[in-house]
Amino acid sequence: MDITSGTVHETRALLRSKKISPREILQALADRIAKIDPMIHGYLSYDLDRALKDAESADLTLPLGGIPIGIKDVISVQGHPCGCGSKILEGYVAPYDATVITKLRAAGAIPFGRVNMDEFAMGSSTENSAYGPSKNPWDTTRTPGGSSGGSAAIVAADEAFAALGSDTGGSIRQPAALCGCVGVKPTYGRVSRYGLVAFASSLDQIGPLTKDVEDAALLMNVISGADLCDSTSLNHPVPDFTEALKKGVRGMKLGLPKEYFIEGLDPQVEKAIRRAVNNFSELGAEVLEISLPHTEHALSTYYIIAPAEASANLARFDGVRYGFRAEGPRDLLDHYGKTREQGFGQEVKRRIILGTYVLSSGYYDAYYLRAQKVRTLIRQDFANAFEKVDAVICPTSPTPAFKLGARVDDPLSMYLADIFTLAANMAGICGVSIPCGFAEEEGKQLPIGLQILGKELDEATVLRIAYAYEQSTDWHRAKPGL
Amino acid sequence: MSATDFNVGYLADLARIKLTPDEIEKFQSQLGHVLEHVERLNQVDVSNVEPMAHSFPIYNVFRKDEVGASLDREVALSNAPRQAHGLFVVTKVVE
Repeated sequence: MDITSGTVHETRALLRSKKISPREILQALADRIAKIDPMIHGYLSYDLDRALKDAESADLTLPLGGIPIGIKDVISVQGHPCGCGSKILEGYVAPYDATVITKLRAAGAIPFGRVNMDEFAMGSSTENSAYGPSKNPWDTTRTPGGSSGGSAAIVAADEAFAALGSDTGGSIRQPAALCGCVGVKPTYGRVSRYGLVAFASSLDQIGPLTKDVEDAALLMNVISGADLCDSTSLNHPVPDFTEALKKGVRGMKLGLPKEYFIEGLDPQVEKAIRRAVNNFSELGAEVLEISLPHTEHALSTYYIIAPAEASANLARFDGVRYGFRAEGPRDLLDHYGKTREQGFGQEVKRRIILGTYVLSSGYYDAYYLRAQKVRTLIRQDFANAFEKVDAVICPTSPTPAFKLGARVDDPLSMYLADIFTLAANMAGICGVSIPCGFAEEEGKQLPIGLQILGKELDEATVLRIAYAYEQSTDWHRAKPGL
Repeated sequence: MSATDFNVGYLADLARIKLTPDEIEKFQSQLGHVLEHVERLNQVDVSNVEPMAHSFPIYNVFRKDEVGASLDREVALSNAPRQAHGLFVVTKVVE
């Protein structure tokens, strides 16, 4: 077995028993990346020498001692580039560590590499990266999903043991589904956003992408918790997420929302989800049909609220304090206009314009305020559901991985890729995507994701359900033939 | 609500982004479709519904008013495209 094909917990056991050294692990990873990444383009850059230096002092008794973790290019690691997949931040070097990085280091992990993403996390395919798209390891003519598509691709391709991503409307769960790995969107406020470059501040959360559920629990243990540097982080005790994993699902109630079985749901995806429902019944859970009546409005609500927040957050890219600055401006207005014209890609410009519109005088009430009210109704839907069930199960994505280029010219069709994941961000609840089968397209096996959504701060239950399912199947052990 | 006054050129000025005529035309059409989709929110009865800005009601997170660790001037300036005398250089604003 190759070193890099191991999970975090397997690799940790090898390290602790001295069967392998952190140095050997990093070298194996670098070899794997050199061999595979030209096909995948999951990494934007990595600094092996620096990682080797970190490895020298790695304390292997710590929870993630000596384990390299891939970092999405939107999370600050001191002294490393943090470009958000954008030209406007080309050459920018993060002057401080994000809180999640401080926590990873404290747990012995080695932040490794800058991982590709849609520019400023806006997109569902990584095709909006200024540095070119990542490819899906299961079929390199297809997208790995996005925006954390690089993170999902490197984990699926064994170019990383685990990675961090960020999820504003599905950007961890959707690529995890499309690449066949595990992706967790924690409850809003569970993980500090300090050092995460902001996209939509009321929706963004950092979370792990891993090879199995146990690894997801291990990483959640490390990155969760209140932080004085993020006043939206929740001051709530963090349980040991690995502890509840093995308790099973017997007697639990799971809700199957009827609104998720709509036209446009790929028949192979539907079949896989229905089969998972049967598995849960066999494992002793009770699956009930439920209703989340405002589901169809999640997309519209999201595409008002997220661009509105983005248009405000991205105003900071002015070509003065950091990042790209256009040459030869006539005056200050020209300086802003040209810098942002040349620095931002198309999707970022589109969203800033949409956000500017819905916040502009005369339209605020009609769009933004109305969307905030519908957001309340979406959250209420989940609150009502969680009175009847312990968690909600549904597809993560309506389709398996789509072809590169298929949706780039039609933003609305690209936005529809996240139709099943957006609501969790609107409601602030937690969720996970885990592999639940394969679709066959043009002779290729394409992973399908099962989404499990839980009430706020109930990651332990969501991970427990995910683990019970995962352990009753072999989907998570399948590897793309690279 | 109606998207009839949706004018990409004007909005790009507000957002301080220069766009080419081609981009303006393309965005006008693409975002027009998105706004058509968004119009569906008009069907939702939101009377007596409170708006939600945030998932959790957290108010007034205070800390002690004490100086903590912060970036040195040199580090804060290290990413500036132009700097001089320990300051950011901005394009001339006054004549």
